[in-house]
This record gives sequence, C-alpha cells and structure tokens, in this order.
Amino acid sequence: MIEVIGIEKSFQAQRVLKGIDVTFEKGQCNLIIGKSGAGKTVFMSCLVGLIQPDNGQILFDNRDIVKMNHTEKSDLRREVGMLFQKNALFDSMTIEENVRFPLDMFTNMSAFEKKERVDFCLQRVSLMGANDKYPSEISGGMMKRVALARAIVLNPKYLFCDEPNSGLDPQTAIVIDNLIKEITYEFNITTVVVSHDMNSVIEIGDYINFIYQGELWWKGDKKEILKTQNDELNNFVFPSEFMKEIKEVLREGRG
Amino acid sequence: MKLINILDGLGAYLEMIFRMFVKPQKYSMFFREVFRQMYDIGIGSFGIISIVSLFIGAVTSVQFGNKLMNLGIIPMWWMGGMVRDTVILEMAPTITGLLLAGKVGSNIASEIGTMRISEQIDAMEIMGVNTYSFLIAPKVLGAVLIVPALTTLGMFIGIIGGMISGVLGGYFGQDEYIYGLQDDFNGRYMLIMFIKSFVFPFLISSIASFKGYYVKGGALELGKSSTDAVVLSSIAIVFFNFFIAYFLL
Repeated sequence: MIEVIGIEKSFQAQRVLKGIDVTFEKGQCNLIIGKSGAGKTVFMSCLVGLIQPDNGQILFDNRDIVKMNHTEKSDLRREVGMLFQKNALFDSMTIEENVRFPLDMFTNMSAFEKKERVDFCLQRVSLMGANDKYPSEISGGMMKRVALARAIVLNPKYLFCDEPNSGLDPQTAIVIDNLIKEITYEFNITTVVVSHDMNSVIEIGDYINFIYQGELWWKGDKKEILKTQNDELNNFVFPSEFMKEIKEVLREGRG
Repeated sequence: MKLINILDGLGAYLEMIFRMFVKPQKYSMFFREVFRQMYDIGIGSFGIISIVSLFIGAVTSVQFGNKLMNLGIIPMWWMGGMVRDTVILEMAPTITGLLLAGKVGSNIASEIGTMRISEQIDAMEIMGVNTYSFLIAPKVLGAVLIVPALTTLGMFIGIIGGMISGVLGGYFGQDEYIYGLQDDFNGRYMLIMFIKSFVFPFLISSIASFKGYYVKGGALELGKSSTDAVVLSSIAIVFFNFFIAYFLL
C-alpha cells in the first residue's frame, strides 16, 4: 500500500501540487487521471522519488521515500517497477538484455536462472522469440510488452505506469491494459497508472483519482464515475456530446 | 545573472564528479563498461590520431627545417631534438586532446543525452541504479586509461612523420635526425606529456558526460549540448595546457 499525505510541489511561483492526500491499495489498479498540465506527471515523479516534494509524506508500506537518503531510495526502488510513456528501453541492448538488466545489476543469480526468469517474464507478456532483437526492430506494442516484462522481472511490490497506452492503437492499448490488470492481480502488486485513455479508466481502474489544477478533485471507482455530478470530471471523461450519450446509456444499463 | 548560471553549472559539475566516485554496485558490469569504453575510444580513434600525428610531425619538421636552412648557422641535426620536444610537449598531448574533444566528447554527450531525453536514465534511477557511477564513471575511467596510450602512439608517429618529411624534403639525413633525437633528452618532458594525457581525457569525458546528463528538451537541445561539450572541453584543454606548462616546465 502507498499512502500519500499532503504532497505539495512548486516550481518557482507556480504551485503544481497543492496538498494531495490519496491511498493506493495493494492488489488494485489505481488510476490517476487529469488534463494536461494538471500535475499528474509531477505527482508520479514525486511518487517514484525523481522529484523531491516541498512538503508531505509518501509512505511505501510505512516507509517515507521523501525522507530517505540516496542509498535508502536505491534499496526501495528495487521493489518498484515502472512502465514509461516512451518505454525507456536501452537501445544498445537486445530485448533479452533489456529484461535481464535488473537481474544482472542487483542479483547473484546464475546465467541459467536469469535466462529462466527472463523467459518467464517475456512469456507472461506474450512475447517469445524476440529475445535477440533490438528495440528499434520491434513495434510500439511489443516495446510496451518488453518494458512491462522488465518492470516485473524483479518481482516488484509496486508498479507505476506512465501513460501506458501512449502511441498505441486502441486494440493494442486494450491488450496492454489487460496485461497490467492481470499482472496486478496475479502478483498482488500495488499498481498506479497515470492515463489519459478513457478506455483504461473504464476497463482497469479499480480506483480512480482525478487531479484538477494540482488538487485531488475527485476519487471513486469506475461505477461511481458514471454517476458523478462533478462537472470538471464529467467534462474530462466524457468531453463530447457523443461520449455524454454513451455515459447515459451505460448509467441506465449498469447503474 | 550569467555569473550565477556559470557558478551553478560549476557546482553541478563538481557534484557529478563527487557522486561518480562511489563503490560500483556491480564490479563485473562496471569493468565491462570500462573495457567497452577503452575499446571504443582506443580503436575508434586510432586511425585519426595516427593520420593527424603523422602530418603534424611532418609539417613541424618542414617548417623548422625551412627556417633553419635559411638561417644556415644551426646544425641540421638539431632538428631531431626540436621535433621531438615539440611533439612530446605540445603536439602529441594537445592535438590528441583536441581531436578527442571533437570525436569522443560529442559522442559521449550525444549518447548520454539521448538516454536522458528518452527516459533511459530515469528508468535506471527508478531501478535503483546509481547512474553517475554506472554511466559516467566508466566513460571517464576508460578515457583516462586509454588516452595516454593513444598520446604515446601519436608521439611516435609524429616523430616518424617529422623524419620522413625532413629526409624527403632534403633538410637533413636520417642519421642526423636520429642523432638529434637522442641528444639532450629531458625525461621531464615525458612526465609532462603523461600528466596532460591524463588530465585532458578526464576533462573531455567528464564535461561531455555532464552536458549529456543534464540536457533537457529534445533533439535541438541534444545537438546544442553536444556542440557545447566540444567547445567547453576544447577551452578547458587549452586552459589547463597553459597552466600545466606554466607550473611544470
């Protein structure tokens, strides 16, 4: 479980995060949604310790990453997997080397054990037979799978996904969403997903947090999002007349 | 404001140097990277260092030879010593340094900068990798270990280039040149050459790494950081070259 208490962050005079309190439960897909410039990326960067917040606490099972020194942060990060918007695969390494990198760096496993683990993770994301290819030789969807395999190779307790569907076609996006959901449940991981994609919101969001102008504006589950009267959230999730009609149909059918 | 920016940059550079010198998280991976860098820099720069050193030695010999021949009062076997000292003290370390600033400096800045803007460095950080120690330290150590060898190679080739052009140009005989090479040899000049050949690659690789590591933005900024790396490390080389010569000669 990750508890965020009163996180604030400013860049010069601009207050980007204005005291956010939120809890991300274990074994659930926790979504963070919001418009561009709402502060989602800064919030995610604070969560993973890439940006130091000005105030507040971020507790990873009662361990506050904000107060940790460099070594303690490095130790905690070995329990963290992250899927980046641009995948962040190491382009000088093959797919297998990419997935194996955390094992090479942080474990004393034998070459055979590493190979087994890499193959397991690649199989888990349905990507076998591409071990010797380089990232530039595979498609965007395959890159996401490799990045996901790398993120889970060390058996993380926490999984962060920054815009996992960015640049993917709708069908591939659903496949990646489902993989994230399955992996979260299967390995009982605390998963936090930042997304713009409304399919993701409805499909995988066990718990949804809407950030608006640096504040946590709304939180609830995917059923509640259909019933909400919050104007900002409705305008964000159902921006067009067509989407509003779909919401009404969904609400009448399932609500 | 500009002075504050310069001091700010200098502080960040020194912090990077400080963070780089920590115990590697995995020695096997660290030294694999060091050897890769040594191979890339050594083999990758062998050709250009050889060609440039040969012609620098040759042109030094021709220009000195022409002048001394016109004067006619100095024995031409002196040429061996003059080319030797010029190559050892200045041409081999400084020209090698400036060449590597262009070739290796831009390469390092682009490589690390690309990793920065494509979030690869963030990915490593989030995995718990000390990126200063894993990405920058092997480049600096690899350069510092291999460049003295390249400089020594450049020195030998420069001296040979001086002999070839002088003999072919009719300024002196081969025996005269070799006699001059052996006359009044000062071992301290070699020490100065080696000091330069350790300091210059340190400056090149660390400045280039710094410019790449802290790049922000996209392709435009990446190109600018690569150019800045070459310009700044070239300036640092000529600056330190002067001080090393001033204090050690």
